[in-house]
Amino acid sequence: MSGTTGAAPTARRDPFGGGPSDPQGTRKTGRLGDRLFGGAARGAGLLVIAIVVLVGVFLLSRAVPALLDNRANFLTSTEWSVGGESQRFGIATMLWVTVASSVVAMVIAVPLGVSVALFITQYAPTWLARPAAGLVQLLAAVPSIVFGIWGAYVVGPYFEPVQNLLNSVLGWTPLFSDTTVSGSSTILFAGVVLAIMVLPIVTAMSGEIFAQTPTTHREGALALGATKWEMIRTTVLPFGKPGVISAAMLGLGRALGETVAVMIILSALADGTAWSWSLLNGGETFASKIANGAPEFTTPLQTGAYIAAGLVLFVLTFVVNAIARVVINRRKAFTE
Amino acid sequence: MAKRIDVKDLNVYYGAFKAVEDVTMTVEPRSVTAFIGPSGCGKSTFLRTLNRMHEVVPGGRVEGHVMLDDQDLYSPKVDPVAVRRTVGMVFQRPNPFPTMSIFDNVAAGLRLNGLRDKKRLAERVETSLRGAHLWNEVKDRLDKPGAGLSGGQQQRLCIARAIAVRPSVLLMDEPCSALDPISTQAIEDLIGTLKSDYTIVIVTHNMQQAARVSDRTAFFNLAATGRPGRLVEMDDTQKIFSNPTQRATEDYISGRFG
Amino acid sequence: MTIVDTGMDTAVQETRDGSARRRLTSGLGPKAAGRRVRDELARVVMWLAFLVALVPLVWILGSVLVKGGHMLFESTWFTHSQRNITSSDVGGGAIHAIQGTLIQGAATALMAVPIGVFTAIYLVEYGRGALARAVSFMVDILTGVPSIVAALFIYAVWVTTFGFQRVGFAVALSLVLLMVPVVVRSTEEMLKLVPNELREASYALGVPKWKTIARIVIPTAFSGIVTGVLLGLARIMGETAPLLILGPYTKNIATNLFSGNMATLPTMINQDRVEALQPALDRVWGAALTLILLILLLNVVGRIIARFGAVRT
Repeated sequence: MSGTTGAAPTARRDPFGGGPSDPQGTRKTGRLGDRLFGGAARGAGLLVIAIVVLVGVFLLSRAVPALLDNRANFLTSTEWSVGGESQRFGIATMLWVTVASSVVAMVIAVPLGVSVALFITQYAPTWLARPAAGLVQLLAAVPSIVFGIWGAYVVGPYFEPVQNLLNSVLGWTPLFSDTTVSGSSTILFAGVVLAIMVLPIVTAMSGEIFAQTPTTHREGALALGATKWEMIRTTVLPFGKPGVISAAMLGLGRALGETVAVMIILSALADGTAWSWSLLNGGETFASKIANGAPEFTTPLQTGAYIAAGLVLFVLTFVVNAIARVVINRRKAFTE
Repeated sequence: MAKRIDVKDLNVYYGAFKAVEDVTMTVEPRSVTAFIGPSGCGKSTFLRTLNRMHEVVPGGRVEGHVMLDDQDLYSPKVDPVAVRRTVGMVFQRPNPFPTMSIFDNVAAGLRLNGLRDKKRLAERVETSLRGAHLWNEVKDRLDKPGAGLSGGQQQRLCIARAIAVRPSVLLMDEPCSALDPISTQAIEDLIGTLKSDYTIVIVTHNMQQAARVSDRTAFFNLAATGRPGRLVEMDDTQKIFSNPTQRATEDYISGRFG
Repeated sequence: MTIVDTGMDTAVQETRDGSARRRLTSGLGPKAAGRRVRDELARVVMWLAFLVALVPLVWILGSVLVKGGHMLFESTWFTHSQRNITSSDVGGGAIHAIQGTLIQGAATALMAVPIGVFTAIYLVEYGRGALARAVSFMVDILTGVPSIVAALFIYAVWVTTFGFQRVGFAVALSLVLLMVPVVVRSTEEMLKLVPNELREASYALGVPKWKTIARIVIPTAFSGIVTGVLLGLARIMGETAPLLILGPYTKNIATNLFSGNMATLPTMINQDRVEALQPALDRVWGAALTLILLILLLNVVGRIIARFGAVRT
């Protein structure tokens, strides 16, 4: 049987030690391998920590001198004049444009994405569900610069009449009041394009959690005589609520940081343009301001001003993403 | 190459929880020893301490001694990896490596331990498959995936994989619980042949199986839920099943609990 | 008796809101009209939502195909660069940009895949306690870092601190920050799918832990890991923001990551989009289509590998 061939019997005397008595002589390499491999894994983990810490440290170390040199109030000023002897810069306008365009995107993308997710998980015939989900995800494969040129050059002209209508009907409200910006280079339109860009995220994440609604809940509701919509309202939506919230938050995080599409669509305002709450105004988000300012990265102080803006964006997206994670983790704690 | 196992005053812990308490026993070479007992009595946990597999679970540790002939498995100089090469194990559910062919599955332990010589590999694979009573069924499809075999064949493949590295002891953790009666029969026959070369320890829920295949039987039990498992009684199988010393053993065997 | 009681309660409420006393007549009969209408309405809304969601997809792909499709059939598109071609000239190709995108993508993957895969191995196979939680948290943070911030960070290190030039390698560094979390998360998922029984089977053969991971666990999860890498690559190849800050465009073929400008498809789009002349605009859409096709190809290959090589258990 198997015990009759192979290593000489003497080789078996001390089977647990290393060295010559180890039949395959692998003990040493095994241990060294474990050390190297485990070390590499640990090292990669530490590297990830180091990178994130470095991101924070570097951005801070570049931003702080510029902030100290700043003659304007960083948080409330609407000015942005960097370079030269004295720098005056504030993020108030950027903050508004960033938040406003992202909120517009969410107002459109969340209801639409949730409805599409409900369609895919609850209404679509079986043959259609998978392809439908695939089609929506196809949008995620379109790079943001393509969304930008498509929005600015193709869709924009069709969107102008919509804006004009909103302006003529709702022009008395600050949100839709007249501005100096012509065409579709507006916060509103940037928000619409952002909505399309985050739609796949919102749909995928809320669909994922809708699909997890326990069959027993759904059947329980149906057995009580609920219509399909009542079943969805009483079981699927409450069950999926944390998923929808975190989907919205992740989408928001994405919209806040989106750069190129917004940069192409929005028209930057000239310095000294009067403040306006109108969504039909132009402006710059944190990200588009930084991208537009890239040619101005000449002196450390000047660059530092942009980096300070980048830091605010970093913190903003971090908070939004953290909320998403807390919500979804709490749900996990419940279901597991 | 079969070896005797002497266990002395062994306690097994998972973190702060004491899973098995104060086991002392001797397992004779070239024999089959069966562990029986109700679920959760620690028999599988104890089995895993015989090749230090319990250490794979975070927090798993022991106090006491396990001697393999005259080698203490828990001496600080001992490498657990080398222990497992000497004390092989077969699991409850057949677990062939899904990415590997039948041949590669059997050769896996050898290759991963550094044997490269093709001719010797082929020899060892054949001997092991013959030893596991599987050679005739698979010799024409050695390059097919191991996952394509039936459950019983997969389990024999796992046995072939375990004996290919030439262990001294073979531990089997309920090897038939996921199999149909015919496959179970085949494994039991195999155990009967293997015991002429190996020390075999088998955990089983099936008392008839213990009675059929084993020479010695150890009965484990726990005093109450949440208390550690203990070895109640160990004796010749015939004696355990006909005339056990302990009342608890008799109750369990006659089906009054468990 | 309780049934009657509830019925009475409902009756009172229904009458109070005055909407539909008819509801109570239901029994086994048809559902009350109001409920049925709402149910139908919901169905229509969901279908409409789906169709509305398809509009931008069809529109955007249609635009790109119509405006850029013919460029891909130009004989020089996949063979020539834009060297010596002005925005009023027809001709030239995108090979310089395609090459640049592929080179930077490959350089990024070369750095991000080992970091990402080993981090995932650490989290699944080794990590416990505070350090593992910290690593996992940092990966979460990295997931949320906007690409422009990643680019700023590399700029602050590479250009401001070390005084190096803006080159392809700097772009790749910033893309690494964006790709690592994708690779970590997808690899982690795949490693978790590998049944513990396989690890135990390997340990029981006396195989050391690292060999168990390298020769049993990773091969079992391999196709899933590859899929994650391809999807991560698809994500970063379309990124433009880091290129605007770190990767100036050139019309020439450039393959050196460490010196000189290097063209990419996004920067080619960005360069030509501001031109008013038709030849340049054609190239914008041609490059856009090429970029979409490249990303789709990565996605499709990734999903095919995922479909046919799912973790077998």
